[in-house]
Amino acid sequence: MEVPDQPLPARTFEDLALPLFDQLYNFARWLTQDTSEAEDLVQETYAKALRGFGSFQLGTNFRAWMFRILRNSYLTSRTGLKAKVPLDEEEVDVASPDPSPEALLVEQANREIVRDALTQLPVPFREILLLCEVEEMSYEEIAQVLAVPMGTVMSRLYRARKAMRTLLMQKFKGASDAV
Amino acid sequence: MPCESWREKLDAYADGELPVAEANALAAHLPQCADCASQVLRRVQMKRSVAMAGKRYEPSAEFRQKMMATMSKPSRRSGAWIWRIIALPAALVLIVSLGVNFYVSREKSRRERVFSELADLHISALASSQPVDVISTDRHTVKPWFEGKIPFSFNLPELQGTDFALVGGRVAYLGQTPGAHLVYRIRKHELSVFIFPDRAGETSGLTSSPISVVSFTEESWTKSGLQYFVIGDVGAGDIESLSKLLRDAS
Repeated sequence: MEVPDQPLPARTFEDLALPLFDQLYNFARWLTQDTSEAEDLVQETYAKALRGFGSFQLGTNFRAWMFRILRNSYLTSRTGLKAKVPLDEEEVDVASPDPSPEALLVEQANREIVRDALTQLPVPFREILLLCEVEEMSYEEIAQVLAVPMGTVMSRLYRARKAMRTLLMQKFKGASDAV
Repeated sequence: MPCESWREKLDAYADGELPVAEANALAAHLPQCADCASQVLRRVQMKRSVAMAGKRYEPSAEFRQKMMATMSKPSRRSGAWIWRIIALPAALVLIVSLGVNFYVSREKSRRERVFSELADLHISALASSQPVDVISTDRHTVKPWFEGKIPFSFNLPELQGTDFALVGGRVAYLGQTPGAHLVYRIRKHELSVFIFPDRAGETSGLTSSPISVVSFTEESWTKSGLQYFVIGDVGAGDIESLSKLLRDAS
């Protein structure tokens, strides 16, 4: 019956951006490891996004766009400049250490250990795990946020997980040795 | 399919990134293969652990409040920014034109006052988050919507074969008189059509062929006891064609 020949009134920047506030803050805090830096980063992200909103194409992935702005702002910040991608992007090593640390992850009790490990991971590994596991982004979304091809997302994710497992193994080993 | 070929797909499977057909095939394989099953389980456990550990930081109440305050200050609608940019110079010119009004004849000043007011209605409607209250390109939807809202009825033209499109309508007030405000579009320009009863009063007897008032072009006429105004930032030609369509319909 009603066939508007125009798109419905554009959704506001606030409508789209405000729901992401908590997620963006969490991500910023993980990246910066500092509360006030995280706040500055989130604020800068919103300011940049607001200015650039005119060029944002509605219908494309807004969340990925916001995370990308945040990440780029972080990378150009003082602390971010140190966050280099660890080398050997090509490395493929299917063998994984056993016994598995996953088996030891009794959720509540070991959350702190996982948090420690996550904190210790190099930023590129930390951020990709956060985007994948916490934000539950698809590989494609992650590729948009990081501005890398899908293949790189998959290989980096693989390496991030491997690094995570190695770290956890050390921690569990250390924990059991201490007992 | 042998286990080996599944191995490299277990990550994608746990991430829900495997194409449906492959994911189904793997799901069928898992109950028969303890090795693959435990590998998938490991990945799922790790994903969950990281997800739980990763949801860690919450913004402080102060920071949240600060951000919400800055976010709600600027104009609400992205579209409205554009209109602000357009409307601001137009509004400035209107203010100047109101000042100039002191020096022109009374009749002309009355007309300009009405047109300025209509221009204001036009601008403020388009700058608002909801330019129209009934959104429809169908005149048979828009016209009945006004029933009971305004003390008269009117006819709207068929637009097929023209460049004009109906956007929608709302109730507008000129003085204290309610009337119909219709928004049309032509080549990305919005035009307002105002229809008020032609009573004695502010608008009475105001007719004009297309005239330019500040940055807008307006045309008005009276027909069947109704006063019509067409206004927009388009050329006189477009105003005239829309006016003709409306005249022929009413």
